[in-house]
Amino acid sequence: MSTALSAQHVSVSFDGLKALANVVLDIPPQRVTGLIGPNGAGKTTLVNVLTGFQAPDEGQVFLDGQPIGGITSHRLRRLGIARTFQSGRLFGELPVIDNLEVTGVGLGLSRRESQARAEAMLDWIGIGALADRAAGGLPYTDERRVAIGRALMMEPKYLLLDEPAAGMSAEEADDLITLIRRIVAEMKCGVLLIEHNIGLVLNICDHIHVLDSGEIIEDGAPAAIKASEKVRHAYMGTQAEAGGVVL
Amino acid sequence: MTAILQIIFDALSLGSLYAIGALGIALIFGVMRLVNFAHGDYISFCVFAMLWPSIDAAAVVFAGNLPTFILIPLILAIGAGLSVLSEILVFRRFRNANPATMMIASFALGFVLKHFLLMLFSSRPKSIDLWSNLSLPVEVAGARIPLLQVITIVITILILLGLTAFLKRTRFGLEMRAAAENFTMARMLGVKANRVIMLAFAISGMLAAAIGLILATQSGTADIQMGVSVMLVAFIATVIGGLGSLPGAVIAGFLIGGVSVLMQVILPLDARPFRDAFVYGAVIACLIWRPQGLFAPKSAKQRV
Repeated sequence: MSTALSAQHVSVSFDGLKALANVVLDIPPQRVTGLIGPNGAGKTTLVNVLTGFQAPDEGQVFLDGQPIGGITSHRLRRLGIARTFQSGRLFGELPVIDNLEVTGVGLGLSRRESQARAEAMLDWIGIGALADRAAGGLPYTDERRVAIGRALMMEPKYLLLDEPAAGMSAEEADDLITLIRRIVAEMKCGVLLIEHNIGLVLNICDHIHVLDSGEIIEDGAPAAIKASEKVRHAYMGTQAEAGGVVL
Repeated sequence: MTAILQIIFDALSLGSLYAIGALGIALIFGVMRLVNFAHGDYISFCVFAMLWPSIDAAAVVFAGNLPTFILIPLILAIGAGLSVLSEILVFRRFRNANPATMMIASFALGFVLKHFLLMLFSSRPKSIDLWSNLSLPVEVAGARIPLLQVITIVITILILLGLTAFLKRTRFGLEMRAAAENFTMARMLGVKANRVIMLAFAISGMLAAAIGLILATQSGTADIQMGVSVMLVAFIATVIGGLGSLPGAVIAGFLIGGVSVLMQVILPLDARPFRDAFVYGAVIACLIWRPQGLFAPKSAKQRV
């Protein structure tokens, strides 16, 4: 099997309610894969399955061809799968640098090594100046960047970003696009981007999957997704009117 | 002037005991959301560990006769050991229980410890001669201050500095701070839960032992109840400071010590026997004014 983080025919139900049905999705290395879909489509459940937080009822997840069913999320992090959470989930009372360092010591690094790696990471992202600020008091965009930095401390092969642009202005989203491109180019990471901001997804992704009611209803290059009648339909029904999403 | 200096030293040395006690309680609360009411009994246990079991009034000093440089580490180790043991044998099993259940378990453990000591030593307070020359006064800027007060304050400052350095600079300290704020997330990032919790218990037990040593030296007696009164005030200090906030616990400990000593001075003579009523009245007023405590961390709110 190919080099990728890959969900093969994954199904998950909660109390008889199908959250994911026969989902097939590949996250190839050094590509940005998009995952879009209306609220409740199962996007976060899929991320949970890919990162070992949720065991699939059916199907299997493969990391570079190896099945990873039954491996704990912490071990998967060591194997190179990192994620961020929808709500940053930083340690708000700890300084930014300590938030990154926790990941380092959790990996088994010494405090000194961990600190060096954290400093380098903050500088790489361009938020070195925030190192000593309490993470809880940061503006939204900085909080997101710290969360991404914390995930990158693992030096992951695959990075799963759960709605990193939520609440960002267009300008801030542009900065995020730059950062994601750098993560792919410089860190050689495969990225899965879950986003409601369709413009951002169309702009940056190499390949996009559309999830609706637990099923992948369409996947393809951005241009194909943009043209898809099915996608337009799924989105128009739920979000477009309320959120003004224009494909 | 010298009278004021005397009051300040009284307040600081009493506040020191409360601050160290509150710190011991707040550390455990931080990582486990457990208010450990057995903490006071750890203090008594450490004092009685220096004595040979007997029910006579005159204590047979046993470990207490060891040279200082062995005795102090030994008692600290006993405190740490007792505390870690109670984590392994008791609290570990309640880790996913609700905070009230854990608190009741700690009450029960406290009773077990207390009655274990009663069995070996009876309820009669015993005199214990531990560094009695430390109660001699020294001159500080004209005021005559008992040397022990000065030592208590200095030791407390050293403990606070040492603990701050540990929490800020070492990897275990970092893990402990992260775990105190969001245990689940910390575990997810690879922080080992058992190690962090046992370390918190060990430090907490050492702090209890330190209080035991100071109290025994100060009072010259070993009393099974001696830890409990400190524990009560220390617990109140952690609440006033904001449960889960270590600096809050320390500051509130000093605050209560200060208010106690101040009340003793400024209350009219007839009211002095009721000093504690005034102190606890101030505690109630403080909690009405700020129910979340003076320095409540955000992380403690939704989980308590």
